Amino acid sequence: NTSAIRLQNVQQVTTGKRICIVGAGPAGFYAAQYLLKQLSDCTVDIVEKLPVPFGLVRFGVAPDHPEVKNVINTFTKTAENPRLRFFGNVSLGQDISLQELRQRYHAVLLTYGADQDRELQLQNEQEQHVISARKFVAWYNGLPGAEQLQPDLSGRDVTIVGQGNVAVDVARVLLSPIDKLKITDTTEYALEALARSQVQRVHLVGRRGPLQAAFTIKELREMLKLPNVTTNWRSSDFTGIAEQLEQLQRPRRRLTELMLKSLSEQSTRSSTAAAGRQFLPVFLRAPKAISAKEMEFAVTQLREGVAVATDATECLPADLILRSIGYKSSCADAGINFDPQRGHVRHEQGRVLKDGEEKSVEPGLYVAGWLASGPTGVILTTMNGAFAVAKTICDDITAKAFDTASTKPGFEVGSQRIVSWDGWLRIDQQECEAGKSKGKPREKIVDIEHMLTIAGV
Amino acid sequence: LGLALRQQDVVNVTFIRANGEKIKSSGKVGDSLLDVVVNNNVDLDGFGACEGTLTCSTCHLIFKVPDYDKLPEKPGDEELDMLDLAYDLTDTSRLGCQITLTKDMDGLEVTVPATINDARAA
Ligand SMILES: Cc1cc2nc3c(=O)[nH]c(=O)nc-3n(C[C@H](O)[C@H](O)[C@H](O)COP(=O)(O)OP(=O)(O)OC[C@H]3O[C@@H](n4cnc5c(N)ncnc54)[C@H](O)[C@@H]3O)c2cc1C
Ligand code: FES
Repeated sequence: NTSAIRLQNVQQVTTGKRICIVGAGPAGFYAAQYLLKQLSDCTVDIVEKLPVPFGLVRFGVAPDHPEVKNVINTFTKTAENPRLRFFGNVSLGQDISLQELRQRYHAVLLTYGADQDRELQLQNEQEQHVISARKFVAWYNGLPGAEQLQPDLSGRDVTIVGQGNVAVDVARVLLSPIDKLKITDTTEYALEALARSQVQRVHLVGRRGPLQAAFTIKELREMLKLPNVTTNWRSSDFTGIAEQLEQLQRPRRRLTELMLKSLSEQSTRSSTAAAGRQFLPVFLRAPKAISAKEMEFAVTQLREGVAVATDATECLPADLILRSIGYKSSCADAGINFDPQRGHVRHEQGRVLKDGEEKSVEPGLYVAGWLASGPTGVILTTMNGAFAVAKTICDDITAKAFDTASTKPGFEVGSQRIVSWDGWLRIDQQECEAGKSKGKPREKIVDIEHMLTIAGV
Repeated sequence: LGLALRQQDVVNVTFIRANGEKIKSSGKVGDSLLDVVVNNNVDLDGFGACEGTLTCSTCHLIFKVPDYDKLPEKPGDEELDMLDLAYDLTDTSRLGCQITLTKDMDGLEVTVPATINDARAA
């Protein structure tokens, strides 16, 4: 096992502060970048559950947004720093415990993200035609284990519950002309299923009104420009909205103006392009009941920004229901002070709190990214948060808030099959080559065993 | 002529960090402000994450009013959309990857908004 030997060699020459980062997503890489730069005598090990790095940049960000994935170039530069080691295919809680990591490192930073979804808590939610947007995204993006999803795209109407950017991503993938997706790294099986799709209308339903819409303007503008897709708003949703424009902050104002502009152009538009697919945002409707071909919603009213259900209801056609009401984290290891209600680790400015104690922190244990903040915000948000926590770690070292004087062994490669950074580069190269013949940037490998073989472990 | 840049093609730019520290740098006419940061390894963590493809807003810069008003091109819808996501957005904010240096920008000073310097919760 050559990669393991190489790793062990690195291990012997390194001294100084050992920091372990759990999770190779944006939070992990940005924190590593900061720590390596600020602490010249530190070594950083990144432990990642999958054989491949980059987290939701690879498995979340939409395939038709390759520009967003350019951050991978910066992460790769960080990974090439001789003071960083990547241990792929190592899962916290399964292959190694938190306690063990804390013994082996001066500091541990948890950045393992959010890989579960919130549920509506409605009857029939486990039916075949109800799936989470998270799983659907994982399916088209090739997350190992998601390839068996087989979403039923044979009906005309898809109803998406939720109006965040993930919901809009999913709507766009469902409505995009297949030729637009063929040149992306959408997995081949997903492209085949999408090419056969009979979906004509995507309803995007939110509890609150246009002024609370959770999608951002860039995603909406892209939707409005999608070829052969008409966007139809409900004018009743916009009663009194134009009058409030003046009071809004610039981002909210521009988003609202764009919706109003699109609404005003609607009559002319629908007569010219009635044939294509339709994007149908619906506001002020709260999920109430799921049945075979429909979903029932309570009509809501806004009281001080909160959606309150009324007695009135409305049914929307739904051959497929996609639940897109948010991700949540899981508790990877029993030793983590995890808040199951809110789905994140309890912390104070990134310092993990002791279980049951309000203000006292676990020395040398930190959390950043979606695991700390909850599943909101874009890569920019995650980056700022990760830099801030990395700075906190540096400050705590200066303040001697945890022990950095004793010698720590770091990760020891046993009999596990571990993917090194070189191993990932081999997988990367194969994927890019396989994509080339199809005119795609890459064809992702989905099978873990296959990844491990290519990585040479 | 040779390989040396002609003197009049050089445009000097100063980046001012939120804490007031000034970083002097330069580019040539036709470079973007992102190019200046990248080509000179200007030490700004996380700057230019999407490499100038108008999808990240990490290249957010704040101009002085007269400089902002003199910029040859007004921001387009796509740039404004990204700016709407930026921290500490001001009326004179632009995205550095969208600003192309011209000769009369020589001596320009732009402010880099605070990111990790403020006590923002993780
Ligand atoms: C569908 C979708 C689309 C998005 N699109 C955009 C976009 O276009 N632009 C944008 O700026 N942002 C986008 N985002 C947001 C962006 O992806 C997040 O801000 C960012 O990925 C959060 O980073 P993170 O490091 O906290 O978590 P993650 O990216 O989730 O990384 C966590 C890592 O930890 C690993 N891990 C999990 N469990 C374990 C374990 N037990 N042991 C070891 N490792 C583990 C995971 O495999 C993963 O690699 C999108 C998010 C989603 C969900
Ligand atoms: S570098 Fe990303 S928007 Fe300018």
